[in-house]
Amino acid sequence: MIEQMIIAGAGGQGIMLVGKVLAESAMRENKFTTWLPSYGAEVRGGSAFCMVSISDEEIPSPYVEEIDTLIVFNQISLKRFISFLKLQGLLILNSSLVSSNINKKKSKIISFPFTEIAIKLGDIRIANMVALGVYLKQKNILKPETVFKTLREIISADKKSLLEINLKAVKEGMRIG
Amino acid sequence: MKKIFKHPQSLRKVSTHYCAGCGHGIAHRLIAEVVDELNIREKVIGVAPVGCAVVAYDYWNFDCCEAAHGRALAVATGIKRCRPQNIVFTYQGDGDLAAIGTNETIHAANRGENLTAIFINNAVYGMTGGQMAPTTLIGQKTATTPYGREANYHGWPLKISEILALLKGVVYVERVSLHAPLEVLKAKRAIKQAFFNQIEKRGFSLVEILSPCPTYWQMSPKEALDWIKEVMTKEFPLGRIK
Amino acid sequence: MKKEKILISGNEAIGEGAIQAGCFFYAGYPITPQNELTAYMAKRMLQEKRIFIQAESEVSAINMVLGASSCGFRAMTSSSSPGISLKQEGISYLAACQLPAVIVNIMRAGPGLGNVFPAQSDYFQATKGGGHGDYHSIVLAPSNIQEAFDFMFLAFDLADKYRNPVMILGDGILGQMMEPLRLSVVSGQLSDRYNLKTKNRKLKAKSWALTGCKKRSPHIIRSLYLKQKEIEELNLLLQKKYKTIKQKESRWQEVDIEDAKVIMVAYGTMARIAKGVVKKLREKNKKIGLIRPITLWPFPQRVFERICQRRIIFLVIEMSYGQMLEDVKLAVEGRAKVEFLGRGGGGIPKEQEILHKIESLKI
Repeated sequence: MIEQMIIAGAGGQGIMLVGKVLAESAMRENKFTTWLPSYGAEVRGGSAFCMVSISDEEIPSPYVEEIDTLIVFNQISLKRFISFLKLQGLLILNSSLVSSNINKKKSKIISFPFTEIAIKLGDIRIANMVALGVYLKQKNILKPETVFKTLREIISADKKSLLEINLKAVKEGMRIG
Repeated sequence: MKKIFKHPQSLRKVSTHYCAGCGHGIAHRLIAEVVDELNIREKVIGVAPVGCAVVAYDYWNFDCCEAAHGRALAVATGIKRCRPQNIVFTYQGDGDLAAIGTNETIHAANRGENLTAIFINNAVYGMTGGQMAPTTLIGQKTATTPYGREANYHGWPLKISEILALLKGVVYVERVSLHAPLEVLKAKRAIKQAFFNQIEKRGFSLVEILSPCPTYWQMSPKEALDWIKEVMTKEFPLGRIK
Repeated sequence: MKKEKILISGNEAIGEGAIQAGCFFYAGYPITPQNELTAYMAKRMLQEKRIFIQAESEVSAINMVLGASSCGFRAMTSSSSPGISLKQEGISYLAACQLPAVIVNIMRAGPGLGNVFPAQSDYFQATKGGGHGDYHSIVLAPSNIQEAFDFMFLAFDLADKYRNPVMILGDGILGQMMEPLRLSVVSGQLSDRYNLKTKNRKLKAKSWALTGCKKRSPHIIRSLYLKQKEIEELNLLLQKKYKTIKQKESRWQEVDIEDAKVIMVAYGTMARIAKGVVKKLREKNKKIGLIRPITLWPFPQRVFERICQRRIIFLVIEMSYGQMLEDVKLAVEGRAKVEFLGRGGGGIPKEQEILHKIESLKI
């Protein structure tokens, strides 16, 4: 089993964090994993993406060009990475910011207004975690408990309310996804 | 009978390769005397430049490191930061300290590295054959200013000591000369102060020494000393700058 | 409880490896894609009460390292391609003065300013000297985060052992990517795997270092010898040392080469991708293998000598237009066919391209 994915959007949408949570959780489950961010001048323009691989075996290239899952948070990222998605790949869209009217035959398209859901939950910044929840429900790669454990570890103890709202967002994603 | 003059322990008993009338030998000896008098020979680490004085380590009798052209103060920074208990100094010419190594010089000084820099200004590149130095005077003829240095073509003599004096990390800058016995004594006093500042952990000190180069000034040793006094000190006035 | 594994980037793993290997002095200058390493050292070196300096230039950084090394301390600097070009003067002096130092190059695409994307186009510069004069740095090429960490121990040990600069040659992907790193087993089985000697980190004092000439005659660190005969003697001494290094320190990894008809040769990030190709094709019973040089200098010539006894095609794959290719050809000496696949300017040869190339070899 190897799961290769790209998570993409604008800077500030928590793109890198979703990827790190996935990679860190994969590590906790003793899987092989790599996380590769966009970096340098590319990031300055405001777009951000990361490539994540999770596997039972050694991972050849951390740079992925044929992906199983694409999670996008804005229109530009969809345009940029849609061609990377394999036939029958999974596409998760933030319909609050991305028009889901795309022509990608045979892909499984899951579309939710993550930004609006996040606002309703109380914090626009947790749209990323709602999407993460949807992903966990859609693909049985990682155990949700592992992801919760990872979140508990990486969100520092002094920000308890932040942790709770993040966990709430992931759970909401899993409920709707 | 009391011994009042002797060969410094910090100077090896060898003859130097310097030309007749060159100032390096005097400057080397002054440093050696100061190192002896401050009783730091076993603690001192010298950093030699690229230029005529590159083999200064063959003349001094203490630990030394050679640096690439202009990099002496970067090398000295590495040494002093690792071994603050040692006394570290650089010995650099005008090309080394004020042309190819200007960046290293300004930034080591600006960091306030607790170092001593001895800067030999003879207004010319000696080792490579008498080319224009950053400190070459207006009108001075060198291998690369055969018609004399012109301000609007070659720029002005660079006053690196005055520039360094502006920096907060610098605690002491003095310009001295070797053109007369009294001046040599003043030079020694300045060198001693610069080493003393380091012992007292005060920060960056620099002594600029106007030094004769009869060979590339195309003068006799005596004429060279007179030229420092009458011409060079007009452009590079002596005394404490900071 | 001490965590067994951590998720960490290559740049940070290199930094932590250096610190655990006893690096006392670091000087660097910001350049992408290795900035996280400099930032990591800024934070950690001060925690460990060691020295971190953000230098005013790459040139100054390498010369500060020379100074720190001259007085007996483990010292390192890091940069990316354009910055490594600037450091070449200092590396040449380190080699000539026989001073140990570790230099990390997280390569980006060139020539010139190029861009920040990953590349392997500094192979020539790293393995053939890079600066002026007849000298070599020992060059190690990690291909994952674990090695990025582990090789720092090896790098400092080799540098001290041979009093020679050692370069860690990675690329932007290795620097930027995160992967799990096992910290606790460094002195255990991994040290055997890489022939590391990390159990006793108490470092020996260096008898040649500048410490002040207390109760001994002065030490002089120099590279200038005014007499022709003296400088020739220094060169002969260096050449003798390089010969020993070639004999003793060649390292490489073999994947399924014994019965292979096509053997890929790749290092660093490229080797990971090639390894994936071996696995894929072996599943289809294709006789394919991989040689991954771990030391790029000394180049692991011996394995080629052994394997050239039989009919074989070598396929060199690089993120450049063919630099290691020349060393493979020198090692093979015409005894086998050597093919090449490469991309530069930040491009990475894809698995599909490699499969296609192997197909075209018609074996």
